[in-house]
Amino acid sequence: MEKPVVLAVRDLRTEFGPAAHPLVAVDGVSFEVREGEILGLVGESGSGKSITLRSILGIVQPRGRVFGQILWKGRDLAALDETRLRAVRGREIAMIFQEPMSSLNPLLTVGLQIEENLLAHTDLDARARKARAVELLDMVGIPAARSRLGDYPHEFSGGMRQRVMIAIALASNPRLLLADEPTTALDVTIQDQILRLIQSLAEELGMAMILVTHDMAVVAETCDRVAVMYGGRLCETGETAAVIGDARHPYTLGLLRSIPRDVPPRTPLYSIPGAPPALSAMPAGCAFTARCPVAGSDCRDARPPLAALSGGRHVACHRLPEAAAFFSAREAAR
Amino acid sequence: MSLAPLLSIRDLSMRFTKPRSLADAVARRPRKVVSALNGVELDVMPGETLGIVGESGCGKSTLARCIAGLNRPTAGDILFEGESVVGLKGARRRAYNRRVQMMFQDPYTSLNPRMTVRDALEEAITVHGMRSGAAVGRRVEELLDLVRLPEGAADKYPHEFSGGQRQRIGIARALALEPTCLVADELVSALDVSVQAQVVNLLMELQDTLGLTVLFVAHDLRLVRHVSHRVAVIYLGAIVEIGPSGPLFANPVHPYSRALLAAAPSLDPAKRRRKPAIAGELPSPLDVPPGCPFHLRCPHAGEICRREKPALRPAGAGLAACHFAEALPGA
Repeated sequence: MEKPVVLAVRDLRTEFGPAAHPLVAVDGVSFEVREGEILGLVGESGSGKSITLRSILGIVQPRGRVFGQILWKGRDLAALDETRLRAVRGREIAMIFQEPMSSLNPLLTVGLQIEENLLAHTDLDARARKARAVELLDMVGIPAARSRLGDYPHEFSGGMRQRVMIAIALASNPRLLLADEPTTALDVTIQDQILRLIQSLAEELGMAMILVTHDMAVVAETCDRVAVMYGGRLCETGETAAVIGDARHPYTLGLLRSIPRDVPPRTPLYSIPGAPPALSAMPAGCAFTARCPVAGSDCRDARPPLAALSGGRHVACHRLPEAAAFFSAREAAR
Repeated sequence: MSLAPLLSIRDLSMRFTKPRSLADAVARRPRKVVSALNGVELDVMPGETLGIVGESGCGKSTLARCIAGLNRPTAGDILFEGESVVGLKGARRRAYNRRVQMMFQDPYTSLNPRMTVRDALEEAITVHGMRSGAAVGRRVEELLDLVRLPEGAADKYPHEFSGGQRQRIGIARALALEPTCLVADELVSALDVSVQAQVVNLLMELQDTLGLTVLFVAHDLRLVRHVSHRVAVIYLGAIVEIGPSGPLFANPVHPYSRALLAAAPSLDPAKRRRKPAIAGELPSPLDVPPGCPFHLRCPHAGEICRREKPALRPAGAGLAACHFAEALPGA
């Protein structure tokens, strides 16, 4: 049986700059997150994945303008004012960021930073807050948690700081955790520890999560479902195994083939020509047109809708059969 | 492959002394010393790509910089075609510098923003006297063509290019001196995945056509496996395992190589793990543990590992520095 949907994003559009010529960072993005599910939002830099995440919590304002609906427990977050949003932000929906050093306050002890969050979002008294802070640090795997409450962020390593960030985020018992490239700044063995931690915490606490990353392998290891973004739009969504094993969109196909995997060493890799389009030069049609091996003139002018395929998959492409033929012909040629 | 190595690195060590803080000076505490490299032994064969992998702080960039002559090692020797290059000065230093070229990680800071591509390339060509007169201009066009930059790129400034194109400019600048050996320090790490493949393909192609030796320093294991003939795994400033790329990735011997490879996320969702591959973190290079550098995190460590630093010796298809190389499960 499918779990209930906790977050539904409908036609999200986030734009910056002058209203007459806006730079549209997120354009018509719709997705759902179910209870206890980990959704991966994957894309290159500038694809709008982080802005999507930030739009959910309303932290792109006042410079950014958010349109569309962000339905959380029957309320539309996009329509809430700042005061009411604050009751949700950090309490029901928490967020962790890429750079743990710049998201912690260097002048406050980590104990104080955790307790600050407990004070804001729970009604525990001082003694209970301290006990809870120890419990949280212990839960995220910081050794000798009690003795480290009085330490400052610079006394922790990068991986340990990210654990502290997670402890702070979990302080309010959120139902949804937004993770913006939480392991990108970390080494591979530490990344592995943090991902496994996030995964087991999400499972134990029954918490839903959106994990933003640029790394398909991180998605493969961690996420239940994946949404691939390109140029501010969704181009493909579905179960992780299905999307990675049987990608349909030419961008996803190309991206997966540009990662060396099951190919003879030192053979040329598939490379997607060109570079991602600038926000100021988005085509009217499909954002991938200029780099797509199977694009036609219709792709440039008409935007492909995110259409449903079987098995809960969605793909936004006018030329699915051509894309499949192109990449299977390439495969056969090897 | 010919038998004489192009580069031989012998017992190379690099220590950086940190400036003493006022409090430390008053308390007469000794200066802190960062041991970035601790006795690296390495041969690089002509024409091969040697991958160097490890976590941040393991010394892989310091090794690259020592080889390129940007850092002077504290102890040990670097032999290039059999001759020591550590203390070279004057014309002989410049001759070596020409033949070993480094390419840097960050395409946004490694190019002078006030010089056009032509200025940057001409400077390299004329300083080393590679061409003169009209031949300089022709060489610039040739180089841009070699790295597939569009026509008209020569008179543009770095900010007019994308990250991938800037890395091509970096490659062109290195090739301007017709080097024998390229040192690529995280050449593609700052680029998006879809662009990485373009630069990696170009590097492999140029290497084959020009017969270059490449030191490919990177943390992306999948990419290193793809481009390298041989791979060296570094931990805390020492090589713990080195060998041919295929066997090393398929059957790593050293417990650290095993953990590192297991920790790298797999693209196969069926191979998911629930437990992290390895606990703990890299010890600080300010305080390198005695014995085997890895013993604090190693699941197989014994008494001897705490006392004696293991030497590199034949294991698997290459060399590994582990006291229990033969006794480990699956070895």
